[in-house]
Amino acid sequence: MSDELAIHARGVTRIYKAKPSPVTALGGVDLDVQPGEYFGLLGPNGAGKTTLIKILTTLLLPTSGTAKIAGFDVVNETAKIRRVINMVAGGEQSGYGLLTLREQLWMFSQFYGLPNRDGWRRVDELIEITGLTEQRDQKVRTLSTGQRQKLNFARGLLNDPWVLFLDEPTLGLDVAAARDLREHTLAWKAAAPGRTLLLTTHYMVEAEQLCDRIAIVDRGKILALGTPEELRRRVQAESIFRLELDHLPHDGGIAAISDLPGVLSAVPADDDTSDGAASDRVALKVALADDSALTSVVTAVAERGSQLIGLAKSEPSLEDVFVELVGRGFGDEEEEAVS
Amino acid sequence: MSAYGSAPASGPREAAEWSNRRIVAVNLRAIVGRAYPRVIGLTREPSWLFFEIFLPFLAVSAFVFVYRALGAPEAFVGFVVLGGAMTAFWLNVVWMMAAQFYWEKDQGNLELYFTAPMHLMSVLAGMAIGGLVMTSSRALAVIGIGSLLYGVSYDVHEPLALAAVFLLTMIPLYGMGMLFASLFLLWGREAFHLAQLLQEPIYFLGGVNFPLRALGPAVGLVMATLPLGVGLDAMRQLAFASSDTNGVLPVGTEIVILVAMGIVFLVAARLALGYLETLARREGRLTLRWQ
Repeated sequence: MSDELAIHARGVTRIYKAKPSPVTALGGVDLDVQPGEYFGLLGPNGAGKTTLIKILTTLLLPTSGTAKIAGFDVVNETAKIRRVINMVAGGEQSGYGLLTLREQLWMFSQFYGLPNRDGWRRVDELIEITGLTEQRDQKVRTLSTGQRQKLNFARGLLNDPWVLFLDEPTLGLDVAAARDLREHTLAWKAAAPGRTLLLTTHYMVEAEQLCDRIAIVDRGKILALGTPEELRRRVQAESIFRLELDHLPHDGGIAAISDLPGVLSAVPADDDTSDGAASDRVALKVALADDSALTSVVTAVAERGSQLIGLAKSEPSLEDVFVELVGRGFGDEEEEAVS
Repeated sequence: MSAYGSAPASGPREAAEWSNRRIVAVNLRAIVGRAYPRVIGLTREPSWLFFEIFLPFLAVSAFVFVYRALGAPEAFVGFVVLGGAMTAFWLNVVWMMAAQFYWEKDQGNLELYFTAPMHLMSVLAGMAIGGLVMTSSRALAVIGIGSLLYGVSYDVHEPLALAAVFLLTMIPLYGMGMLFASLFLLWGREAFHLAQLLQEPIYFLGGVNFPLRALGPAVGLVMATLPLGVGLDAMRQLAFASSDTNGVLPVGTEIVILVAMGIVFLVAARLALGYLETLARREGRLTLRWQ
């Protein structure tokens, strides 16, 4: 069964020797990632994400537990694993500055055994699709941070890996460069079916945009695992909508909505900025048992003479999920670490 | 399939099955790949010409003037020019072999080497071959300029033997560099200081600037452990055959010592590398930039 999984981990722990006492970086991680799945590990600094990646990429032994990549054991079958994986880390300064971008990629292609001509062809293809054509003959040390990270991403695809590990790939990038990199990652997903991605990040948007499933990790443990939608459901079972009306229903007011079947509550929205003196416009926060109750709400509003001006679904962010699970936000963790 | 993907294998398990032939091919390509930056560096960093040819040549010149002022046999001028050329290889071994893994770790390259499918010995071999090619050009420059400027006359009776001794010297010399690459990392000290620690004693014990025999027969035992000393002594005997200054040991004996040292250093480098990888994976240090 585990042979069919792209990534399989059971009870993986990792304890680092440290003074005054050992540090538990991973405290028994269980994880199954399907082939073709894009999976995210979301957590703050020090959560154990990178340690897990180091173990899965054969750089580090687990203190206990088992982990497999495509059915190959990370302890005993490292050679086979290294033939089907690749890894890109954020802020990576790998390679040699005196080489041109094209030469650098070719050099790494040789480490994966690409025949010379195939290697150059693949390098040129990757340079083109990552938008680095203008910089192809530029020395690596002259590249910007964003260009450098695109180069690293291209390096990670040289051997067309079956499992690609991206460890904080957009760390330190500006908004545009980070977006570019995410777009390339999604393009790879579309173009190379069956490939698996394990992404670590502490950017919520990135995890949500790229990943089919996400595990929220903190202090070496997986706290929750599921699709972004499933995770949000953990902290907010009901569907919440923000309704903006030209005025409250004349017949029954808010109660006309809150008493409808499937409506759990209806209250003025916290962000209702309408000025009652100048206008009757009103914003309501309506909680529904599920989305299907929305039709009856909209119908009831119209039947009672109110006009629907705006409608938006209010969903908890992954950060809300994290705060709910951990009891603190990412920023709090970083502040703790600093202090 | 677009450029994003190119592997024809139907799945990862099939893709991971490599024939022995493919494994050999991958490692040979890795050697070429790792040698490439060093070879190409010849043309990319003109400043190196100043530091690695002109400055060593100044040191050679200083010894030439001292020997001439003292009225030493003219062969000594040839000895010091040859020694100056071989110095380039020693510097290359210390700074660009022994200290290299330490710097590769800082750059994040070591992680990528570990996770790539080639053997790390191929990386070391690539570093050595690239370094050898790069340094040979500098060594030849020192010999050429030194010989022309100071009128060194060589007396080579056995050119093939001289070439063979040179190659046999390079194997243990770079083998030692491959061994030190792992040891520097294992010791966890600043590579810069360790390299400096090794540099000067070898100038002395290797007899770079003087014939080792001048230190007495006991030194023969010491130099027998140093590839540079043994190789240089044998090369001097072969390059200046008519000189009345003998070597520490007969050339034949020194060739046997070089062969033995080549085997010992390469095997030791392989073992040290295996130990390094085991320790790196077990203790979680060495390959990790932040530790």
